[in-house]
Amino acid sequence: MELVNIFLKAAFVENLVLAYFLGMCSFLAVSKTVKTAFGLGLAVIFVLGITMPINWLINEYLLSETGPLGFDFSFLRFILFIAVIASMVQLVEMVIEKVSPSLYNSLGIFLPLITVNCAILGGSLFMVAREYNFGESVAFGLGGGFGWFLAIIAIAAIREKIRYSDVPPALRGLGMAFILTGLMGIAFMSLLGIDPAAFK
Amino acid sequence: MAEVTTAPVVQEKEPLFGKKERKLITDPLTDNNPITIQVLGICSALAVTSLVLPSIVISVAVIFVCAFSSLFTSLLRTRIPKSIRMIVQLVIIATLVTIVEMVLKYYSYPVYRQLTIYIGLIITNCIVMGRLEAFAMANKPWRSFLDGIGNGLGYGVILVAVALVRELFGKGSLFAGSPAEMKIIGASPDYMINTLAEGSWFGWYSNNNLMVLPVAAMFIIGIFIWIQRSRNPALVDVS
Repeated sequence: MELVNIFLKAAFVENLVLAYFLGMCSFLAVSKTVKTAFGLGLAVIFVLGITMPINWLINEYLLSETGPLGFDFSFLRFILFIAVIASMVQLVEMVIEKVSPSLYNSLGIFLPLITVNCAILGGSLFMVAREYNFGESVAFGLGGGFGWFLAIIAIAAIREKIRYSDVPPALRGLGMAFILTGLMGIAFMSLLGIDPAAFK
Repeated sequence: MAEVTTAPVVQEKEPLFGKKERKLITDPLTDNNPITIQVLGICSALAVTSLVLPSIVISVAVIFVCAFSSLFTSLLRTRIPKSIRMIVQLVIIATLVTIVEMVLKYYSYPVYRQLTIYIGLIITNCIVMGRLEAFAMANKPWRSFLDGIGNGLGYGVILVAVALVRELFGKGSLFAGSPAEMKIIGASPDYMINTLAEGSWFGWYSNNNLMVLPVAAMFIIGIFIWIQRSRNPALVDVS
């Protein structure tokens, strides 16, 4: 039950894009059509779900003082996490290419983009900051990825429609995307009630 | 290959602060702003703009990381093999960010706690990586260094401007948490304009809670983009 709770919280209330602005660059750049947004969203779920447990293991057994190495290596955290993410993305790309060429063709170009998607590194750093255990980190990874997926599909659908609306020229494109993201953030907040901590 | 070897190498004299060098710093502040025009680095750091102090801290950190990673990448640019350049760049950036994190943790622990993961996320900030790819890999160290400073500044200007609006209207104060804290408007005698005291502000002004929420940053940047593009129609998206 606790894990379901973490999953739902990560997907809706603490949505990585709309509450923390993680992965905003690719969120704005790749959300022009629903089809491409769908591909990127799936890839993010995938990579977030895989790197989170791996980074948890690294943090617990290699970097912490209580691990087998017995020394506090936490100053290496950033470098190791980003290395894990970069190599996992590479690995996932190769595996998908071997196992399912059709999925590879639909995800192909988006996979390398994910290395520099802040949502992935941010998820891992949140996991460390909040001291999740292994199960919780898996649930948080999948939930965060799912929330990101929902958000990018929703904004892509809105942006497809808004092309036919009469937006002031100076606001067209990027400016409108920002304001839409803000409005969606408010909409997502109301999904499970507004977090009272935000008003303190 | 022939053209490359036979072309006479013109040794251009490069002044330390010529017109071109100044342009490298001023351009990102206005017409080539990383956030409003290049759409780089919107990630992460916007979430900390609810207060001015952490925004300034993060801007300084980004300027530092951007400038020195450009410098080092540019120094190494002829020696980095193309196939592993991303990893080399990420290692340079991650090392600099680790230094920033340690310094901040040592000198100002409360601010470090406030920023939590956002310091680490400078690694994946697209501005840093984007400028390394687009500029530092093809230019001399000094100019890359200036380009790094310029883009870091362009980023910081937007961040601090958003934070000023959000803190003033959301909390009624400016620079909260720093020695220069100013309490501008609020419902207590500590503030310069006390909305509880008799006077023209009595009873009708209250802080805007929307400004405290992260989404406010989105609206404010949207409005900045709107203003900038209506003043300079050349920047308008064609699509």
